[in-house]
Amino acid sequence: MQQASEPPLLRMRGVGKAFFGVRVLDDVDLDLHPGQVHALVGENGAGKSTLMKIASGVYQPDAGTLELSGRAVTLPDPRAAQAAGIGIIHQEFNLLPERTVAENVFLGREPMRRGLVDRRAMHDRTAELLAGIGETAIAPQTRVGRLGVAQQQVVEIVKALALDARVLIMDEPTAALAEHEVELLYALVRRLQQRGIGILYVSHRLTEVFDLSGRITVLKDGRRVTTLDTAEATADTLVRHMVGRELSHYYPERAAPGGAGAARLRLSAAGNGRLRPVDLELRSGEVLGVGGLQGSGRSALARAVFGVDGFRTGQLLLDGVPVRVRSPRQAVRAGIAYVTEDRKGEGLALSQSVLDNALLAQHAVRPRWFARTARATTVRELLDAVEVHAAGTGQEIRYLSGGNQQKVILARWLAMKPRVLLFDEPTRGIDVGAKAAIHDLIRKLADDGAAVLMISSELPELIGMSDRIVVMRDGAIAGELPAGSSEEAVMGLATGAATSTEVPA
Amino acid sequence: MSTGTARSRLRLPQLDATNGVWAALAVALIVGGTLVALDGGSLFSESSTISLLQRAAGLGIVAVGQTIAILAGSLDLSVAYVISLTSLVAAETMAGSDGMVLPAILAVLAVSAAIGLVNGLLITKLRINAFIATLGVGLLIKGYLEQGYAGPAGSVPTSFQHLGYDRLGPVPLSFLLFAAVAAAVWFTLRGTRYGHHLIATGGDLDVARLSGVRTDRVLIRTHVICSLCAGIAGLYLASRLGAGAPRVGAEGGYDLESIAAVVLGGTVLAGGKGGVTGTVGGVLLLAVIDGVFNQLEVDSFFKQMVRGVVIVAAVAVYALRLRRTSDRRKAAVA
Repeated sequence: MQQASEPPLLRMRGVGKAFFGVRVLDDVDLDLHPGQVHALVGENGAGKSTLMKIASGVYQPDAGTLELSGRAVTLPDPRAAQAAGIGIIHQEFNLLPERTVAENVFLGREPMRRGLVDRRAMHDRTAELLAGIGETAIAPQTRVGRLGVAQQQVVEIVKALALDARVLIMDEPTAALAEHEVELLYALVRRLQQRGIGILYVSHRLTEVFDLSGRITVLKDGRRVTTLDTAEATADTLVRHMVGRELSHYYPERAAPGGAGAARLRLSAAGNGRLRPVDLELRSGEVLGVGGLQGSGRSALARAVFGVDGFRTGQLLLDGVPVRVRSPRQAVRAGIAYVTEDRKGEGLALSQSVLDNALLAQHAVRPRWFARTARATTVRELLDAVEVHAAGTGQEIRYLSGGNQQKVILARWLAMKPRVLLFDEPTRGIDVGAKAAIHDLIRKLADDGAAVLMISSELPELIGMSDRIVVMRDGAIAGELPAGSSEEAVMGLATGAATSTEVPA
Repeated sequence: MSTGTARSRLRLPQLDATNGVWAALAVALIVGGTLVALDGGSLFSESSTISLLQRAAGLGIVAVGQTIAILAGSLDLSVAYVISLTSLVAAETMAGSDGMVLPAILAVLAVSAAIGLVNGLLITKLRINAFIATLGVGLLIKGYLEQGYAGPAGSVPTSFQHLGYDRLGPVPLSFLLFAAVAAAVWFTLRGTRYGHHLIATGGDLDVARLSGVRTDRVLIRTHVICSLCAGIAGLYLASRLGAGAPRVGAEGGYDLESIAAVVLGGTVLAGGKGGVTGTVGGVLLLAVIDGVFNQLEVDSFFKQMVRGVVIVAAVAVYALRLRRTSDRRKAAVA
């Protein structure tokens, strides 16, 4: 597929990057050839996205060089990368939903005729570009907001192609897609490949990597572990390279078999606009893992239990008593806590102090002024207990590391003595050390009798932490797995490759 | 996803926010016309039509400028004071002399463009929130006016008063000016690169910037044009009043009223969605409500209340619709 004589489209040598003294990328090499799909795999935090951002001009490397078709380049900003022919398709699309497909594709370089925007040329060229990648169902005049996710992704790709991108970076391109749409993406990637475009395909879904790529680079803890031809790789070798350790060592011990207590939270036929009626039982003393692909309804489930987007049908029982939770406030009062996936957006008041953030739930729900001093004392103790490292409780929380921020949120909820804790991606964007601390805390909460529901996209975490695993798909529960199930079993249920009855225990 | 499309296929052709305001205008005309007729008057008589259109013209010109500021994700609270100031600049430069009309117009345009430039620079280069920046500039002008003027000043020659009083049939010249300004801005939004970039900037600043749009320039230009519109309205008011008036803008409530007209017209306050046609509808709607209450001789307190209710109701309807669409979108993703 690649000719040795021709220089690669993109060559990265010895690329390194550190943030605030923390090395996130160290001495990484990567070659991308025309017509090649080069997969970049690794666990969360392995450095995939940093490398990607360096290639697309978002970050500047501290060390190393970039070459495009043999010429050394620097990419001071994303526009320079675009001009150099590097396009990137983000997980979240950079499109204007209120504008048409053509207006989005040509934004910033609208074709002109006699001093005015030439709509016809814009539409024609958009249609050409769409047809060029075999996409005829999308009309250039359609408002992007009316398109489905998969089609919006196509628009993003066309937007990159309109810039004559020769290198296309795709960041978890299937994350937002439904199953049948993935096939369309495959076809699209192959057509781009035929046109000689080099694709850097970032994914942690091994099936896709094997289906599409010709070469694979594995990153781990910011370093390149290996680069190999896909034909030579097997799922086992890849996982070993990615993980490089025995899973169970990293996680705290699970609850003893039969150690889980009575049912704490029970959902019967509970559903809403995003969830088909769900039956679920969460026992005190256990960590129930919830797996599934992004958009499968995992977060919708947690948000429904917490009353953000409450259930419209069915029943929610807390310790056997039916409860109506129509707002987060009611949920908090009922003893439910929710650690959200979007820590900065929904979890923290970024410009307030550590202490204020830790006291937020208490002050919101029980705003009695006379208890404030006493409460602050308790919360300070809790912050110590969870080992928050901060300059002081008065420090603005935005300056804390992700791990410490998460610990503050934990302290906030611990102060409420919750009966049920919902964790949504509790260790996303958190470094390894703090991760282990949070895992220990979660387990300790369960041991102390709380019922814990933990959503995680990180399979090792999901499997390592959970006493039971429930896997969701398309807004419903696809099946339940026992502790220590294999990643394949979880992914099988999540993707619909296996049904619950076929999964070996 | 598939259920999402199926559901949207079942929906009736939807009332868009911009044609929503025209529907509301039709309702207001019918209901208002009937009420006035029951009261023994006529909303559609020549004199009341003229005064209605005249009322619409002044606010309309300002509101068109405000539309693009809001579309770009910004806002201009200084317009009321720009109107007062430019009415004085016009009347004092003219000082009753026919020969000074053209220089006066140029002076007004220069002054208002300069104010717009300052607004734009404060917002883009010093990164001051548009609300605060334009409020500050407005207060600055207000201070100058209060310091320098106790009452009306300058005088406008009769030749220039034609702008305020002449008509083509039942249509006042000023209304045609409004229509021309609206048409020019409409065309700019639709046909020029700047217009496309403006809507993109308001829709998502980062997306626009990453696509190569020079968002700072777009915002500065937008504020210059918005201020120019206020200057034109100042000229019109000077010709109408025969003199410059230091409090005409603030007393007319042109700042908030223009924003109300824009929002009534379905332009989203956050920017990126909407347009001039909606604003024209919003301006006419406000003028009709005004006209009806004037004819019924209801006291102004009640009039203000009804306007308030109409504005809040309109925004509530839009917000509801927006939420439904975004819910559907989320459901499609899930």
